Amino acid sequence: MAPAEWSAIRLTAQLAGLTTVLLLAMGLPLAWWLTRTRSAARPLAAAVVALPLVLPPSVLGFYLLAGLGPQGPVGRLTETLGLGYLPFTFAGLLVASLLYSMPFVVQPLQQAFEALDERTLEAAATLRGSPLDRFFTVALPQARGGVVTAAVLGFAHTVGEFGVVLMIGGNIPDRTRTVSVLIYDHVEAAEFGDAHRLAAGMLVFSLVVLLALQGLNRRAPARPEPAA
Amino acid sequence: MIALDLRVARRDFELRADLRLPARGVTAFFGPSGCGKTTLLRAIAGLEPARGRVAFGDSIWQDDARGVHVPTHRRPIGYVIQESALFPHLDVQGNLAYGLRRTPAAQRRIATEQVVDLLAIGHLMRRRPATLSGGERQRVAIARALATSPRLLLMDEPLAALDARRKAEVLPYLERLQRELDLPILYVSHAIDEVARLAHHLVLLERGQVLGSGALAETLARLDLPVALGDEAGVVLEAVVGERDVHWQLARLDAGGGCCQLWARDHGIALGDAVRVRVLARDVSVTREPQPATSIANQLRGEIEAVAPDSHPGLALARVRVGGTALLARLTRRSAEALALAPGVPVWTQVKTVAVIQ
Repeated sequence: MAPAEWSAIRLTAQLAGLTTVLLLAMGLPLAWWLTRTRSAARPLAAAVVALPLVLPPSVLGFYLLAGLGPQGPVGRLTETLGLGYLPFTFAGLLVASLLYSMPFVVQPLQQAFEALDERTLEAAATLRGSPLDRFFTVALPQARGGVVTAAVLGFAHTVGEFGVVLMIGGNIPDRTRTVSVLIYDHVEAAEFGDAHRLAAGMLVFSLVVLLALQGLNRRAPARPEPAA
Repeated sequence: MIALDLRVARRDFELRADLRLPARGVTAFFGPSGCGKTTLLRAIAGLEPARGRVAFGDSIWQDDARGVHVPTHRRPIGYVIQESALFPHLDVQGNLAYGLRRTPAAQRRIATEQVVDLLAIGHLMRRRPATLSGGERQRVAIARALATSPRLLLMDEPLAALDARRKAEVLPYLERLQRELDLPILYVSHAIDEVARLAHHLVLLERGQVLGSGALAETLARLDLPVALGDEAGVVLEAVVGERDVHWQLARLDAGGGCCQLWARDHGIALGDAVRVRVLARDVSVTREPQPATSIANQLRGEIEAVAPDSHPGLALARVRVGGTALLARLTRRSAEALALAPGVPVWTQVKTVAVIQ
């Protein structure tokens, strides 16, 4: 493979890895809050998280461009802070990925938290566990299947995004050109052999990831052990 | 002393409990399903939002008037529920260690080894909760609750999920627990046999109201309350084994300071040992004269203390003073009138069945 392709693969992996880590860090408290709150804001928050599932990537990309650019409120803020403008940078790509992949991380976490036995959390409270303690020692270990699913889906979905990347990142080699964009480039230039090599790679990667997830999900939830 | 003044709004009624409970022994919250006994226990634990006041000795756990609400994890309680709620991701050892690790060394009064021994779960340490039987799970749940050295143990139907055999397996552990650790227990149950066996103090609840609260024997002998117990109305007596008749396989149980002597099947309990016996009102009849020819083994001279209407309009309950104790007798209202039963009338009681429960 050509250096440009390796660079695109490295960039894609970095983007997906960073997005996954950050989304887990933000998604865990968010999903926990969505699961447990009785706030009136909950339905709205849940709908906003789910928006990228139904919005065309071009709509999200357009508003991100508008918001992060020189005329946008966030753009003016980042400029004032000396960060410059985010569109057409790796940071801008990261922001876009966080939004676009959010439902793929938050929803599995939320489902796992909703499946928790409330009584084990109450038991932890009567065993001197503070709320934060209970989250890390009782909720999270029991929801680990959901955490794995969220991480895998978040990573895979970020690897596979195209529309938003193209709009917010442009197509700058080594900085914002991901694998999916590079495939598009190859096809545009009628380099079908190159396109095919990358596309087949993506296909195999996605299939392997989904297969692994199937296997994990079958084992993770209950883990019954044979009675001694 | 445990002082409660709690109100919890429920869908169909408001739970109101204004109670002073002893801070030792077993206090049973007894009542039919949905009477609010579980809600009351949860409110004491701080798990259920409630208005009012909860004080355990000098510690105020909740006082709305002063804006005090100690969260559950800072109350020195142990809590055991019907479904165990063991942590499925930890083995038995991990479940026990959870509370222990969170208890400062200075507050540890109950040694985990002692609890493990008491509940006979030493051989289960490496097992996961999913692999335990119902009885084992409950014993582990009790041990887990004790690992924090609670000053008050709350138990919500801890035996309800068990069949009779498992129940018989866990009950002795509960008795030993209470005896050996001298730990006050609040015990929610809808099974009067558990209450009769374990409790020292009884709180009767119905539709969120406290019908009565007092020492077990006294409360069960009250004539205004047995309506709530229906067919199960009866008294619990503390007795000692006074004589064992090897030939007829019978034991004489002396209650009420020896004045109330009852013969029952010999269960092999040693002479001089204390037992608890339960005498149901439906197993006690009343006559004006001693009956010379009867199969009933126990005839005791007594005196009517009170007669009251029973759950059915055709029935009446009589409380009969026998020596230092009292029995309840269920009879028809017609018989009560025919025998002219009234306070002070001397009678003979016939006791058909005596259940030794401990």
